[in-house]
Amino acid sequence: MKKIQILGILLLSINVLNAQEVAQDSIVHKLSEVVLVGNATNKHHNENKSLATIEDYLSASPSVDFIKRGAYAWEPMVQGMATERSVVTIDGMRIYGACTDKMDPITSYVEISNLSKATINIGQQGAENGATIAGGIDLERRKTGFRNNGWKGSVQTGLESVNEQKIAGAALQYSSNTFFSDVDVMYRNAENYSAGGGGEVLYSQFTKYNLSAITGYKWNDRQWLEASVIYDEARDVGYPALPMDVLLAQAFIGSMEYFALPESEKLTQWKTKLYYNTITHIMDDTQRPDVPIRMDMPGWSKTIGMYSKLNGTHNKHRWNLSVNTHYNNSLAEMTMFPENPDENEMFMLTWPDVGTLYAGVFAEDSFKLSEKFTVGFTVGLGVHHNSINDIFGLQSLQIFYPEMDDSKTRFLLNTGGRVVFQNNFWTHSIGLGYGERAPSVSEGYGFYLFNSFDAFDYIGNPEMMNEKSLEFNASTGFHNKAFSVKFNTAFYHISDYIIGKPDPDLSPMNIGINGVKVYEQLPYAQLWSNDISVSYEFLNGFTAKAKAIYRLGRDHNNENLPLIQPLTVETVLRYRKNLFYAEALVETATKQYDFSPEFGENQTPAYTIFNLALSQTFYINQQKMVLKAGAENLLDENYSTYADWNNIPRPGRNVYANVVYAF
Amino acid sequence: MKLLKYFSLLAIALFFSCSSDDDNILPINETEDLILVKNFENNQHTISVYNQTGMFELGYNKIYFQIKEGDTFIDNAQVSWKPMMHMMNMSHSCPYSSITRKPNTETLYEGYIVFQMPGNETEHWELTFDYTINGEEFTVSETITVPPSDKKRVNVFMGSDDVRYIVVLIEPSDPKVALNDMTAGVFKMDNMMHFPVVDNYTLKIDPRMPGMGNHSSPNNQHLTQSNSDQLYHGKLSLTMTGYWKINLQLLNAQDEVLKGEEVTETNESSSIYFEIEF
Repeated sequence: MKKIQILGILLLSINVLNAQEVAQDSIVHKLSEVVLVGNATNKHHNENKSLATIEDYLSASPSVDFIKRGAYAWEPMVQGMATERSVVTIDGMRIYGACTDKMDPITSYVEISNLSKATINIGQQGAENGATIAGGIDLERRKTGFRNNGWKGSVQTGLESVNEQKIAGAALQYSSNTFFSDVDVMYRNAENYSAGGGGEVLYSQFTKYNLSAITGYKWNDRQWLEASVIYDEARDVGYPALPMDVLLAQAFIGSMEYFALPESEKLTQWKTKLYYNTITHIMDDTQRPDVPIRMDMPGWSKTIGMYSKLNGTHNKHRWNLSVNTHYNNSLAEMTMFPENPDENEMFMLTWPDVGTLYAGVFAEDSFKLSEKFTVGFTVGLGVHHNSINDIFGLQSLQIFYPEMDDSKTRFLLNTGGRVVFQNNFWTHSIGLGYGERAPSVSEGYGFYLFNSFDAFDYIGNPEMMNEKSLEFNASTGFHNKAFSVKFNTAFYHISDYIIGKPDPDLSPMNIGINGVKVYEQLPYAQLWSNDISVSYEFLNGFTAKAKAIYRLGRDHNNENLPLIQPLTVETVLRYRKNLFYAEALVETATKQYDFSPEFGENQTPAYTIFNLALSQTFYINQQKMVLKAGAENLLDENYSTYADWNNIPRPGRNVYANVVYAF
Repeated sequence: MKLLKYFSLLAIALFFSCSSDDDNILPINETEDLILVKNFENNQHTISVYNQTGMFELGYNKIYFQIKEGDTFIDNAQVSWKPMMHMMNMSHSCPYSSITRKPNTETLYEGYIVFQMPGNETEHWELTFDYTINGEEFTVSETITVPPSDKKRVNVFMGSDDVRYIVVLIEPSDPKVALNDMTAGVFKMDNMMHFPVVDNYTLKIDPRMPGMGNHSSPNNQHLTQSNSDQLYHGKLSLTMTGYWKINLQLLNAQDEVLKGEEVTETNESSSIYFEIEF
């Protein structure tokens, strides 16, 4: 039975095989590792830096990378595709960023200390929480559960040299058989960081506070209720790659969830959640000494939603059925202050109070054909309705689209299937998928959104069709006790690919920039994503690992798509003995041969950096102390990656120390 | 029982509120949304002049008025008017419409006047009404105040054809961040007293924000003459609030530019333009 379950789980995500690897090795494990409060999962302290950012953790997955606009709140890319094409959720909750410049991805509203794992499903296997092309990331928060552990707690602190970052956090848990509560606070404060070889990167400072609490009450063996809140506030966040900074990014994320374990043996679990979140994001340029014109750009996003998920098994089937719906309201405005104080302020709605109502059903099933073969499929159907609730905003957009209506309804289909073969050493899988997505708020309804990468203003296009993706993926893996290797490849043929194209007839709004781009649809674009991971354990305590990623993205004219990762290789050597642990890492990327000048990209040179990490754990009675120290970019290389917005250099040599004390 | 009481009370209240409505039929106040600018009085009549703002302004003025004899509105007068600018050593008139009864009203007359220059201490505008009621002729005349404006809404210029033109902004009077309907009047000066509408010209527009690097807006439509009101109509798109300069070019029926220059990288502004700020 257990075997079937495991197989079932494996089947259901495209990353199945990946998931296994990741689950045992990187993401899932690493994230739960950070807890450091004596959880059973915490058997290896194989994480270099327990107080690293969530971005650092997620980067361990070959499917995930980040666009970096500064030191804070990087934008996640799944399979080389940015946030419009993926669905990022926190405990299944949909959250929409409130920043028109994507400076507040969902991942920025949680802290590493209150997450237990991130589940990354690529392609159509990631469509459970909404329509997607690239896949989904679900960030699962840490909760003690009804373990009857009594009181537990931890305090943690860290320092980083490159930006004088100070990190302090505390967590407290209480659990009994019928009640549990987890509370966690975290504070980070960083000054500007220094690039490799010296040189301060101005406007890269940030301060962040995060509070997270989950509590559960169980009134009988089969039913319980959980309530959860996150309050996250970042202030004075600099974005060196952009002409503006963030005065305040604030999120309140709350939910109530009801769990039931049905009496029927065929049903495993039923859970239903109601949630609400509100995001406020205030961008301004008051810190910048020299700007063509002063402007404020606040944005607000509110989402209310629910889901209900039922899992079950039946003969050789393992299935899951869910319904989910949410309503988001996104509003952003821009006020510019003219040099002549007698003139009126210049005001526009950059997101014209856009409502997005989504309702979908999703089903997945995996069926064990034989001892070695399993097939799985997913199907999701959604209704997506956009409305513009502000007449000012509607009339603004009607300047460009005189005939446009104030609302639009779309139907979205997301489906996929795969076959998995598994024996003692080998796992092979092959899958197909078809998915559709609606344009994002910015793509559909953005109004003069400035993109500092290509220095164009972007205008949304409400008349676009759904973007459609046909995907093929395959993976193969071998593992025995000491050696494992795994290769993933995925190919996406995306029709009606949404991208901004210059319109020479339009006059830019922002001063001194290149022009205006309007979102339109290419006949198609193609993305090919490949990664390979190898791991070898030897000499009792040593592990050698390597990971290579290569992606290629081309449009219908065989021109390069922007922000596509060149060949990147990461090599790690680890040594572990008892409670001591050391790791040396080399990350290297080739020159970016395939880049998109049209998008403002230039060729990113090759680079190689070295990291070193040490960790020691001490046990004193029931208490535990973990010391971690290390150095990143040991040789102080001055470099930037393909995903550094405007080639802002990455931090130079960074020496850090993390201390965690748990009781 | 209680419910019944409640309902009967409600019924009584409804009854009284209905009956009170019926009792007080007020005369329709057709100037409710207008503001009185000035009363013109002679021995018999008072002409009350209204517009949206309560004052005359430089440029286009849509004007409504009522003629009253005592408390009685006179709705059958034949009215003409003549605005005159009295300058130090000469007098002249300006473009103005004929007067009609405002459709669907009992008491209002309407028309427009385009003041192309403001009054000052030594030069002033005078408005004269000549009207006939049942064959009897009357006249009334008053000096009126036309203050200078801080935004340019009227252009007076000599075209390349040696004709003096007056181009005035009429709409949008309430500009929005939208594709606004734009209306302008294009007149020429035949002589000091006669300023007819010119026909079949084109008024090209190029809205710009000088404060935003001369940002322009898309999908504007040049103004062409409409048969119904003889005025020039087009579309003006304004992408944000603030100060806009609507650069103009006046073209005759042969599409020859009579006045105004194209805005380019090197030429920031045309010599004729309107200003809008909202």
